[in-house]
Amino acid sequence: MPATVKAVPDEQISAVIAEFMSLDGPLLPMLHALQARFGHIPAAAVPLLADALNLGKAEVHGVISFYHDFRDAPSGRHVIRICRAEACQAMGGETMAERVLARLGLDWHGTTANGAVTVEPVYCLGLCACGPAAMVDGRLIGRAEAGRILAEAGA
Amino acid sequence: MKVYVPRDAAAKALGANAVAASIAEEAARRGLTVEIVRNGTRGMIWLEPLVEVETDGKRLAYGPVNVADVPALLDGTLPGLGPVEDIPFFARQTRLTFARCGLIDPLDLVAYEAHGGLAGLRRALTMSAEDIVGEVKASGLRGRGGAGFPTGIKWDTVRTAEAPQKYIVCNADEGDSGTFADRMLMEGDPFTLIEGMAIAGLATGATKGFVYIRSEYPDAIEVMESAVRIGRTEGLLGPNVLGSGRAFDMEIRVGAGAYVCGEETSLLNSLEGKRGVVRAKPPLPALEGLFGRPTVVNNVLSLATIQVILEKGAAHYAAFGLGRSKGTMPIQIAGNVKHGGLFETAFGLPLGDLVSDIAGGTASGRPVKAVQVGGPLGAYIPVAQFDTPFGYEEFDQKGGLIGHAGIVVFDDSADMLKMARFAMEFCAVESCGKCTPCRLGAVRGVETIDRIARGDADAVPLLTDLCATMKDGSLCALGGFTPFPVMSALTRFPDDFARAKEAAE
Repeated sequence: MPATVKAVPDEQISAVIAEFMSLDGPLLPMLHALQARFGHIPAAAVPLLADALNLGKAEVHGVISFYHDFRDAPSGRHVIRICRAEACQAMGGETMAERVLARLGLDWHGTTANGAVTVEPVYCLGLCACGPAAMVDGRLIGRAEAGRILAEAGA
Repeated sequence: MKVYVPRDAAAKALGANAVAASIAEEAARRGLTVEIVRNGTRGMIWLEPLVEVETDGKRLAYGPVNVADVPALLDGTLPGLGPVEDIPFFARQTRLTFARCGLIDPLDLVAYEAHGGLAGLRRALTMSAEDIVGEVKASGLRGRGGAGFPTGIKWDTVRTAEAPQKYIVCNADEGDSGTFADRMLMEGDPFTLIEGMAIAGLATGATKGFVYIRSEYPDAIEVMESAVRIGRTEGLLGPNVLGSGRAFDMEIRVGAGAYVCGEETSLLNSLEGKRGVVRAKPPLPALEGLFGRPTVVNNVLSLATIQVILEKGAAHYAAFGLGRSKGTMPIQIAGNVKHGGLFETAFGLPLGDLVSDIAGGTASGRPVKAVQVGGPLGAYIPVAQFDTPFGYEEFDQKGGLIGHAGIVVFDDSADMLKMARFAMEFCAVESCGKCTPCRLGAVRGVETIDRIARGDADAVPLLTDLCATMKDGSLCALGGFTPFPVMSALTRFPDDFARAKEAAE
């Protein structure tokens, strides 16, 4: 895991929250914006979100923890997402994923000790006719091979 | 010279951006004036990046094109595929919902209109709400998300409900493996979806729409957000739709990686900013949906098909199809296939024709073992049932479902016990936790299949019983349909479950 999670000042969190207050059902857009800005959902955001939206802290925590996308600590500098779903399995996706994980010495959701690479599973990128599929730092790869994925992630 | 290079995510995943950049570079070096249009995909993914060159009004296709091919492409010496419309995979389709996809720059509203766009909305603006709903009913359109509920009847419920605010919600949480039609349409022809939602608004009295797109689709999110902005600037959306005095506006919202949010009531909770937990029905979302208001929740393909139904009339659409499955279905051919992609055709084509003929068999060249139809909750169909015609009732009778019409082909190296285990594992990861049979059953399911894998035959009836409990005791399709892939694997591919037993003995 990355060494330390730096504390984010409350004012910065509140500024992000304020941008979305006029929306109907604003919590998910707020969480996405917080994560885009800080790389994770800072723990300090929970009471601030609860206050802003008149919710309990437990409710806010419940929402954050429900969704796979939201992280409580930043990911590695590069994020590899490999599709584990059926269409990619039909094209050898499982073996390819095992190779990537083995080369990095990781299990799913793991981050290398130097904080360089995180590997996440994803259940379908919509590239089912050119599997196996992966995404490295937002770049899509069809007919992916382990070597190509690792090279894209600089590993 | 005009050159079309798709901006679709699948084309990009196969190198389209590098090809587009290389064409621009090479053209500049030669002093050629080349207009590069980033269109949607034509849907023949095995040919991507599929580049089209237009000279004197004729579009000729080349593909798959890689960077090294670019000089020959501009020389005119690269061997080509001829016009896209003549490629057999394309020529055999009936493109209604996807008529414009890949033909135009998805964000060019002028090109959209030149190819028939806005004609449906213009016609709807001259009709009463009741007549629009009547047209949709007469078309026979059924929910393309998988459940197959008649779209017109759902709309009528919302239309006749009394409320100060109603909503149109587009379900673009296309999480099923093997499906990519929603993504392809949003990236390739977003105005069709916007037009369909505006028509739905007119038909039901809803003035606000939301498109809930999964976060795994960044390209689709970007295109849809741009299209909504353009729609507002050009007066397609806003307080005065096409100058009619009628209001309709919409927002793009992004999911957060929860498969279950593709279920309509979970999706509504998620839009409201809650955990994506399933709601019990009744109340129906059509009466008490988003923020407790009457809400149409339709899949991308249902809403995107409204445009052509209003443009060409219900009778035109209903003339295609089989029995109660009217019109066309954009079938997504995926997995281990030679020719993967989107094939829109009238209902009724036998599954075997799709797999062996249109898809050209497996990519690996090995024999087909099974086809999963309808996503991770769909049954595994053996070759023996390849005569099943593609239709809602036809698949239902065989203990399967067509779902969102994705078909995933597996060759004979697939281990069906492993696929059954994966289905349970996926359900355990993605269960929202509301229903015990799903939340706990999926975990027990993985363990029970592991027992079978170790050669414990007593676990087979236990798995069967567990599947029955999940099917009967879950509120939504995740817990309720996970037994389809599991039981179809167990009953139709028993050898894969017995092999372990023999090994143990």
